[in-house]
Amino acid sequence: MNIYVCIGSSCHQRSSYAVMRQLKAMIAENRLGNSVFVSSAFCLGHCAAGVTIQIDDEIITGVGMGNIADIFQDRILAAVR
Amino acid sequence: MSFFDNNVQQLKYEVLSEVAKLAFANELSAEKLMDVAGIVVPEGKARMRCCIYKERAIVNERVKIAMGGNAKKTNVVEVLEIACDECPVDGIQVTPACRGCIAHRCVNACPKQAIEVVDRQAVIDKSRCVECGRCIAACSYSAITKHTRPCVNACKANALAINKETKKVAIKEDKCISCGACVYRCPFGAIVDKSYITQAIRILLESRNNAVFKVYAVVAPSFASQYAAIPEITIEKVVTAIKKLGFFSVIEAALGADLVAYSEADELVEKGFLTSSCCPAFVQYIQKNFAALEEHVSRNLSPMARLAKEIKQRDPYGKVIFIGPCIAKKAERQLAGVKDLVDCVLTFEELQALLNAKGIDLRALEETPLNNASFFGRIFARTGGLSEAVVQALQEKEISREQFDCKPLACNGIAECKTALLKANKRLLAENFIEGMICEGGCIGGPACLTHSSKDRAFVDSYGQKAIEKTIGDAVAVFE
Ligand code: FES
Repeated sequence: MNIYVCIGSSCHQRSSYAVMRQLKAMIAENRLGNSVFVSSAFCLGHCAAGVTIQIDDEIITGVGMGNIADIFQDRILAAVR
Repeated sequence: MSFFDNNVQQLKYEVLSEVAKLAFANELSAEKLMDVAGIVVPEGKARMRCCIYKERAIVNERVKIAMGGNAKKTNVVEVLEIACDECPVDGIQVTPACRGCIAHRCVNACPKQAIEVVDRQAVIDKSRCVECGRCIAACSYSAITKHTRPCVNACKANALAINKETKKVAIKEDKCISCGACVYRCPFGAIVDKSYITQAIRILLESRNNAVFKVYAVVAPSFASQYAAIPEITIEKVVTAIKKLGFFSVIEAALGADLVAYSEADELVEKGFLTSSCCPAFVQYIQKNFAALEEHVSRNLSPMARLAKEIKQRDPYGKVIFIGPCIAKKAERQLAGVKDLVDCVLTFEELQALLNAKGIDLRALEETPLNNASFFGRIFARTGGLSEAVVQALQEKEISREQFDCKPLACNGIAECKTALLKANKRLLAENFIEGMICEGGCIGGPACLTHSSKDRAFVDSYGQKAIEKTIGDAVAVFE
């Protein structure tokens, strides 16, 4: 599974760097380093609705520190387990 | 109101704007291009030259440059012979302001006994005069002047010669470092930088609003000072404007600068002595004058190319257009390792022409955020910034003074670069890191900046303070 976190300016201002750190930490915690890969993207085209992330081909907007744990549970952990 | 600090820039801008309009409309035909001269120089009295026909003939040459110039010449700087006004080159002259005084300070100041007073007028013996200028300083009436061409004066790389027969200026290709100092300084606009605006516009049109491929604008750190003096225009409004031109996203090259500082710190420790490689004119200056020092030039890509590489890794079909203050960047773009990373280079002057062609009024726009780099990446725009960033990177990497004692030397402008390189060549340099910036003040003094104000440095620093990421490590962490 490939996850892209937008590091464009709008998402950055809405703390996408923290989202990315958190995501990486959760992946490490769950030992998913071999199946889930996180990288960055320069703008995913939904600047007004960020933070934007992309999980494989699916775009998810409105991500933040408040819901990243849920997203991880429902969309990432559920899919790879 | 003009965005520029002189009328040569304004004229260039008018020509570029007309060509850009045609390019956006996909109407770059020979006939349409011929019409540009009549638009820029309308019927009526000549404003700049002897007659409007000469003015139009020159505009026609400017149109060629706006279209990319002479493809057979690789140098991005070209002379427009017809525009060269053949400024006098007769050295030190006594003007009629000489009162034939009895003090004869000029005579006494001259170390070569080249001045005599004949019939109450100072007369200079050209065969003796070495043009040191001491008589100029000594004269109480400011009656002695030196005639050197502004272009020759500006070119500290010693790359301009005067053709004895035609009296026109010519570029010595083996010396020219494409810094563009002459382009900015020639009062007749006779030395110009080739423009790639039509290539940029073609990329934007072919992307079909970023549907076919995405077009990324990478803006130089000196972006911070371009509009800073105009209260109604914010950086965020200019970002909106750039997106309105058809760019998908705008990214700070300063983020590339953060990456460069981070790896340059390691390279410095590894090699022990290094010169920076960010300024392409500085790199050319070393290659053309200090070949023995070339091995000490950092192997880092420039911030522009470094960031473009990150962009292309993530989006291999994307196109990258750099927008900056720099003419030498146009030359850097032609290098083998950079060609595929950066698809086109524009200047701030040219950006303004594109906005004008599209009728985009910067004042009237909403704001789009721009925040990618750290404070340290952002201050690359001014002299000393790169050194500060490398020192900071060493600290962040917890490399102690004992492990490596970094002694940077920030060279502001080509004269300081030359002094440092001469010393380094003789192994007499006390410092172990040379930050070389060919333009005075750093990139904020670049030839294609909209303005060149003494406040620009402060603008850059205060913009740096607004960066979200406070350390280089935080800014580059997203790339790990
Ligand atoms: S900046 Fe994140 S979607 Fe555009």
